[in-house]
Amino acid sequence: MTEEIIIAGFGGQGVLSMGKILAYSGIMQDQEVSWLPSYGPEMRGGTANVTVILSDERISSPYLKIVDTAIILNQQSMDKFEESVKPGGILIYDPNGITHHPTRSDIKIFQIEGTKLATEMGNKKIFNMVILGGFLKEKPVIKIENVIEGLKKSISERYHHLIPLNLEAITMGMKNIVPYKVAEPVLQH
Amino acid sequence: MMSELKLMKGNEALAEAAIREGVDAYFGYPITPQTEIIEYLMTERPEKRTGMVVLQAESEIAAINMVYGAASTGKKALTSSSSPGISLKLEGISYLAGAELPAVIVNVVRGGPGLGTIQPSQADYFQSVKGGGHGDYKLYVLAPASVQEMADFVEDAFDIAFKYRAPVLILSDGLIGQMMEKVILKDQKPRLTDAELIEKYGDWAITGKKGRERNIITSLDLQSEKMEARVHRLQKKYAQMEKEDLRFEKINCEDAEYLLVAYGSSARISQKAVELARAKGIKLGLLRPITLFPFPKQALLELADQVKGILSVELNAGQMVEDVRLSVEHKVPVEHFGRTGGIIHTPEEIVAALEQKIINNGSFRHHKTRESSIL
Repeated sequence: MTEEIIIAGFGGQGVLSMGKILAYSGIMQDQEVSWLPSYGPEMRGGTANVTVILSDERISSPYLKIVDTAIILNQQSMDKFEESVKPGGILIYDPNGITHHPTRSDIKIFQIEGTKLATEMGNKKIFNMVILGGFLKEKPVIKIENVIEGLKKSISERYHHLIPLNLEAITMGMKNIVPYKVAEPVLQH
Repeated sequence: MMSELKLMKGNEALAEAAIREGVDAYFGYPITPQTEIIEYLMTERPEKRTGMVVLQAESEIAAINMVYGAASTGKKALTSSSSPGISLKLEGISYLAGAELPAVIVNVVRGGPGLGTIQPSQADYFQSVKGGGHGDYKLYVLAPASVQEMADFVEDAFDIAFKYRAPVLILSDGLIGQMMEKVILKDQKPRLTDAELIEKYGDWAITGKKGRERNIITSLDLQSEKMEARVHRLQKKYAQMEKEDLRFEKINCEDAEYLLVAYGSSARISQKAVELARAKGIKLGLLRPITLFPFPKQALLELADQVKGILSVELNAGQMVEDVRLSVEHKVPVEHFGRTGGIIHTPEEIVAALEQKIINNGSFRHHKTRESSIL
């Protein structure tokens, strides 16, 4: 099994740390993992993205153009990464701030109101965990107990009391991810 | 401490491996994309773990000369930087080679020339293997292609540096330095005492001349015959490196009809290109030089009898391709493919370049041009 994921959004949304939790969780179930950030000038104000690969085999390229799953968290990333999903792959996005919704009909598309749900839960910082929950619902590539172990490894010990809150956010995401139906193209005569 | 499994950035893994190798001193100056090395070393407080000195120098030039000083006393000395910073260190590197001092230099390459970009690049190939600094010297150059190799090559680099009393370069890039992968770290080694150093590597360093003639460390020899002897001694070392310490990896080469040659990050991406090409029915292999000097000339020459064409894949405008061409002695067409400016080529682009430049007509055109030029 190999799962290739691009997570893309604004710097500060927790894109890189969400990738790190995925990578650590992969290690917890004895998988090979790679985590490749965009560390460029992009990070300052624009988009931040990370490519995470989880695999049962040795990972060749950590840098990919085409992936199994794209998790898209802002419009710039939608413009850039909608095309990067393999036919038959998955695109998950938060509609918050999205003006041009995805249009591809050869992939599965899901919406998750991560921003709204995290705000309702009273802690915007758990936004990325809500999104992660949605991803794990549609792609159960990691067992939840390994996610907990991954969380323990990737966040510093003084924040370990927040793990239950993170799990709550993951559950919230799992419950609230919904399929998105692409608008039918208007036939022109 | 037992060897352990961690998720680390390439830069961090290299820094941790340096502590565990028993390195005596690190001197450096921050620059993206290698700053995590000095950052990690500062945070880890290795002076408390092993007594290792970690110092942020006032400049790259100061750092390399501190390495010269520490290496003169037989200590394991390390420095790291990225491309523009390495350019500043080149005078010192030439002096290290001239004075026959062991030291390890790490270049986490970014795009150039000039200040260029902070994104990954392999445009320092020429600088690394064709001198860079002045004089008749070479660096032993290791090119890691994974976070694990960023860690492992620290030990390998110091072994070579002390075996030959010569500076060794670890040539990485922003992609390998910044990415995280699983890494298994080795156990802590003790730092060598002067007595252990002398026992293991001979009595050449400045360790205090009690009961012996003084040792002189210099790269200056105004007597021509002596200087020529020194140059010959260096060349003998390089010949021995080619014989004893060449490293490369062949991937899917057994039945290959076409070949990619790539090192470091490009080798990782090329490996995926090999998978994609084979899924399309193209019998593609990959030769990955692990050392860039020494270069796997013989392996390439042998593969040239087997394959129909070779594509050298590098994150630059075409540098290693020259050494590939020299190695295969014009037996098969050799072309270059690579992106620059901090853009990383995708596996799909590599396969497309192979098809366009080598498989389809391109190769025949190449041959015809050569024949017509002979006529």
